[in-house]
Amino acid sequence: MSISRAAVLTLPWRLTSVRIEAQALIPIVILTVLMLTAIFADVIAPYNPEIGTLGDRFQPPAWLTGGSTAHLLGTDHLGRDVLSRLIFGARVSMVVGFMAVIFAGVVGTVLGVLSGYLGGWVDQLIMRLTDTWLALPGLTFAIFLAAIVGPSMWNIVIILALVFWTRYARVIRGEVLSLRERDFVRLAIVAGCSKRTIMRRHILPNVLNSAIVIATLMLGIVIVTEASLSFLGVGVPPPKPAWGLMLADGKKGMMAGYWWLTVLPGTCIALLVLSSNLLGDWLRVKLDPQLRQL
Amino acid sequence: MTGGPLLELDGLSTHYVGARGTRITRAVEDVSFTLDAGETLGIVGESGSGKTTLALSILRLLPPGARIVSGALRFEGEDLLAKSPREMQHIRGKRIAMILQDPMASLNPLFTVGDQVAEPIRVHEHASRRSAWAQARNLLGSVHIAAPERRVGEYPHQLSGGMRQRIVGAIAISCEPRLLIADEPTTSLDVTIQAQYLHLLSEIQRERGLALIFITHNLGIVARMCDMVAVMYAGRIVESGPVRRIFDAPAHPYTRALLESIPRFGEADVRLTAIDGQPPDPAALPAGCAFQPRCVKAIDRCRVERPPRFVVGAKHGAACWLCG
Amino acid sequence: MLLDVRNLTKHFPVKRGLFGGEVGRVRAVDDVSFVVETGRTLGIVGESGCGKTTTAKLVLLLERPTAGEIRFDGHPLGSLQGDGLRAYRRSVQAVFQDPYASLNPRMRVGEIIAEPLVTNERLTADETRVQIHRLLDIVGLPQRSATLFPHEFSGGQRQRIAIARSLALSPKVIVLDEPVSALDVSIRAQILNLLRDLQRDLGLSYLFIAHDLAAVAHMSHVIAVMYLGQIVEIGEARAVARSPQHPYTQALFAAALPSHPDERRDEIILMGEVPSPLNPPAGCRFHPRCPFVMDRCRVEVPTLRDSEGREVACHLYTGVVSAPTGVPAG
Repeated sequence: MSISRAAVLTLPWRLTSVRIEAQALIPIVILTVLMLTAIFADVIAPYNPEIGTLGDRFQPPAWLTGGSTAHLLGTDHLGRDVLSRLIFGARVSMVVGFMAVIFAGVVGTVLGVLSGYLGGWVDQLIMRLTDTWLALPGLTFAIFLAAIVGPSMWNIVIILALVFWTRYARVIRGEVLSLRERDFVRLAIVAGCSKRTIMRRHILPNVLNSAIVIATLMLGIVIVTEASLSFLGVGVPPPKPAWGLMLADGKKGMMAGYWWLTVLPGTCIALLVLSSNLLGDWLRVKLDPQLRQL
Repeated sequence: MTGGPLLELDGLSTHYVGARGTRITRAVEDVSFTLDAGETLGIVGESGSGKTTLALSILRLLPPGARIVSGALRFEGEDLLAKSPREMQHIRGKRIAMILQDPMASLNPLFTVGDQVAEPIRVHEHASRRSAWAQARNLLGSVHIAAPERRVGEYPHQLSGGMRQRIVGAIAISCEPRLLIADEPTTSLDVTIQAQYLHLLSEIQRERGLALIFITHNLGIVARMCDMVAVMYAGRIVESGPVRRIFDAPAHPYTRALLESIPRFGEADVRLTAIDGQPPDPAALPAGCAFQPRCVKAIDRCRVERPPRFVVGAKHGAACWLCG
Repeated sequence: MLLDVRNLTKHFPVKRGLFGGEVGRVRAVDDVSFVVETGRTLGIVGESGCGKTTTAKLVLLLERPTAGEIRFDGHPLGSLQGDGLRAYRRSVQAVFQDPYASLNPRMRVGEIIAEPLVTNERLTADETRVQIHRLLDIVGLPQRSATLFPHEFSGGQRQRIAIARSLALSPKVIVLDEPVSALDVSIRAQILNLLRDLQRDLGLSYLFIAHDLAAVAHMSHVIAVMYLGQIVEIGEARAVARSPQHPYTQALFAAALPSHPDERRDEIILMGEVPSPLNPPAGCRFHPRCPFVMDRCRVEVPTLRDSEGREVACHLYTGVVSAPTGVPAG
């Protein structure tokens, strides 16, 4: 069971033939840099992020007095190099972020398509499920689940996916409802296609654009949630570096004036979320008119 | 008011500039015609012919990216191209009015019918709300809307398509304009409603001495309503003249082919004369005459040089080498 | 007789309120009967709300009728399941109005055309390719179209693609719902000619639905005029077009735009709007707008009766004519 090749092929085709304006260039560059950082973390990072020398604790960044080029961005309360932790933290954020968004997307889109196309009791069931799910406050629910299953990177991915699939389901369902009335779907019925075939061949490829846009916009939310979980201590477990965790640890040094322990990871989170939001916005405009051009 | 023509276009050209100046679409090119008071002109064209851009150019309501690049545009002797935006605002709605195809798009769903009909009266004539509403009620009566006292308080979505289009008409004539431009006003209407509406427009025109420009792809409307017709193709007028003459003896091959391709009653077994190919993309026009790729009578000269307008009869001209 | 439609009725319930109680019914199609013969075209004409599109959907089994039956080749459709249903779908295909919505923008043209084949038959990739090429040929599109996407084609070309697809299973009947209304005027003749040629070459039957009277009169052998869910006049196209009998048909033809400025028609301007199918008038549904309304019309529903070579549902033609009251109501 494969989605029409055309659906997957036309997307990159469309993007390459599309002019990338400055508005999108910056977020794309930032995201690419972050992605590369995450992939090549082992090579780039100067130190092991999980081990520190207690003698070198709370060293400020290189450009302040007391800092040295040995630790460009200083060290934390355990003497671990902040730069290395930020770099490896990128990996956690990107992996968790992307994976969660993709999982949520798959589940949400499939349920949205089933719900929108089949209607009837299937629709009722899924929509009531979505409503109930949405009623649960995302972060609290995530904490709850994390407390139950215990922290690990993959558990967090699954938890985040479970929390956020509903955003997709609703929107995709709405699109499917209008797609269902289009002539080419009617003609597929007239040609004798089964419901399953129609959903696979006609509905799914045409909601893919929306799903991608939602995914880009969700990335920011997911990452903030992950950071929040880490901040609260129920995210990715230490000593694995995660930006949220760094924020939590850095809290301790705030009063003593060790601002870099919070500002630096906070800036990274903000940068990632901002970039993904800007990209999502741009993508929505780029993909939508072409979608509407049907 | 001078004794000259009501509306005069001379070599008017409107271009769309896209892709940061690299792509120029010659939507309207070198269009000239005159319209006298009380006359009805039909501008006929298909998609890409530039007819809607022409209408917007006359009203100077062009979207960003479109610009009138050359030519003259005179209304009642005044140069419209020299007017400031504020001056144009006083002209639009009061002296030149426009009706569009989709009445739902022309009416604001959030305001009552009364408000919308009264609005131009309040804006242009600075009438009080009460007096404007009274005039609105009268106008609704003029467009044959039953129970106007009740209708003024209703919202657009409560009315049928035909009624909405009539309300749009009422708004258009509210300030007694001299010229009404109607862009495909009946395309979305049912056949019998269309007949009612055209009947209404004829009546209004007679009563008020209004000049009418019909923009349409439907030659039937031209036959029914118009005195003069201008046929547009790829941004240019290819033939223009009195309606009867053009229907009897079309000079341009495009006009002739159009007339022959339309099914008529009583000719059920006749094979329609189809025109091969499709209307050209205004951004990528062929060299020479724009119609030449589809023309059965094209000669070599047509492929190379664009024909000027040749006079074929009284007020009748066609841009075709075969007429020269 | 290929398609035999008898007393076809479709009512849509209108539900309001929290628990969906039925507050009314939209009588979209009410007791409609007609026949489509092999190799001939039945044209259905009418304005918004007349039920012609719903009739098309019923024939295509996109909706199930509330009452009445459709027989294809003698077999009633109501009981069809599985194989029987599949056989019907192969025989009856459709072309719709909007060439921009009829084709899945994500599929290549070749895949779109071949979809009915792929769904219903087991063909090898080569056999499918041969069929695609054959169909592209029939509709006059170049072979390389198969690998392109719909957005690379114009409206007229897309309609050709839709026609090619409808022919894939070699159907016997094609339902054409406003096939040229959305096309440019100069392209319409191309498509209408193509449809006529296909009918002649392949022996197809058409159910041609349109609001453009001239096009319908040109293409059809038999014309049915619908108003508010009912057929008010049905007969040989030539007869109906030359001398329409039902007042509504007369108004329709009178309202049709002339093809020459000197062509004068009797101006029959109907009063009022088309009433809603939710609450059709009692008696003859056309009576509030009819210039010849009689007392009888407000009360008694007219049935289709033979009159001068066609059937008309109008009390003017039942032989018992009371003096018309002349002034239309409403």
